[in-house]
Amino acid sequence: MFLLLLPLIALCLPAYSLDTSGKLLLTGGVSSIEGSAGGGLTPWALIGGYGTRDQVGANAYYTNIEISEYSLESYGALVGLYDRVELSAARQTLDTQNVGTKLGLGKGFKIKQDILGVKVKILGDAVLEQASWLPQIAVGAQHKWNHEGNLVRALGARNDTGIDYYISATKIFLGQSLLTNATVRRTNSNQMGLLGFGGDANQKHKLYLEASLAYLLHRDLALGTEYRSKPDNLKVAEEEDWYDIFIAWAPTKNISLTLAYAMLGQVAIQDNQSAVYTSLQLGF
Amino acid sequence: MWKIVVLFFSLSAFAGPFEDFGSKEGLVKVVDDTMINLLADSRTKPFFEKADQTRIKEKLVEQFCAELGGPCTYTGQPMNRAHKGHDINSAHFYALVESLQKAMDKNKIPQRAQNKLLAKLAPMHKDIINK
Repeated sequence: MFLLLLPLIALCLPAYSLDTSGKLLLTGGVSSIEGSAGGGLTPWALIGGYGTRDQVGANAYYTNIEISEYSLESYGALVGLYDRVELSAARQTLDTQNVGTKLGLGKGFKIKQDILGVKVKILGDAVLEQASWLPQIAVGAQHKWNHEGNLVRALGARNDTGIDYYISATKIFLGQSLLTNATVRRTNSNQMGLLGFGGDANQKHKLYLEASLAYLLHRDLALGTEYRSKPDNLKVAEEEDWYDIFIAWAPTKNISLTLAYAMLGQVAIQDNQSAVYTSLQLGF
Repeated sequence: MWKIVVLFFSLSAFAGPFEDFGSKEGLVKVVDDTMINLLADSRTKPFFEKADQTRIKEKLVEQFCAELGGPCTYTGQPMNRAHKGHDINSAHFYALVESLQKAMDKNKIPQRAQNKLLAKLAPMHKDIINK
């Protein structure tokens, strides 16, 4: 909880004329479902927060995802250091609702997972380098700890902790008002890790592609779509790729609101799961 | 009637970003408002308050006009020489962009045309930031 409070305390600091929030609106992305700055479903190469290469930025977020047969809550915070390094912390809570009864866990059984993330910008600048084809490139890692080790092993997972590694390339085609991102992730996580890591059908880490495309309607408003390919490691619970369409609105640098409609395919034993995603972010 | 509609859409499709800015008269208004914003922003005020604002505005209009494909030639100093020794950091650079964006909004410049101009100006960061 303390981590969450930090950015809120820091929110009050700009009033004391600290040099912060130099970057342009929305150019720090929003907080993704795993806490790293990006779109909703996938990290981008942008460093979160509004700190320039001479400044520090930070924000906290709360995301609620109402899925057909479940609900998923994610909250966390990140710090962006000198537009170079991003440190993030997130907690995800999956409420199994009635599926919990079917699985014999009890109605509304909750599976929690903690994620610590680090991202480092390697080269490029998605905003400034408009004359170059080179995107902004960052590498990152997300260390995940699932709280329900016994349960996920019973479902066929090999492990209750795992580390995802990724490389992201983000390019803003300002003249066309477009943002594009491609991320390649090395992972063996089941439903991001909520169902553990590795499984009885496959336990190896493999590479998965994630992609985002956004149209910048206005400097405070972006409309986009995302795709995230995913492992399928568990025999009892098929896993499918994710898609979404989203709209992100940042009326000021201190607040942003993201709404999305996502198609999550099969989740655990339930087919055709669709979701309404709402995310609020506060920061500087 | 439909011919007028078709004509309207073909004309707006062919209008370049320079026309979207209302040609040179439109650019003069945008640059005037940008300077007002720059002087009202504590981050950028120190760079402009004692400078020859009339000359800077004149050169900015020339530069924006040329970058947008209008019939102008930029006659000011090269960007690196104009900014050398002013200790301009990224935050100052972005603050100027924000002043320009506010001015373009005020003058109802379409978003796509705004971004086209910013895309032309962004690469100049190499000659401006930390020089």
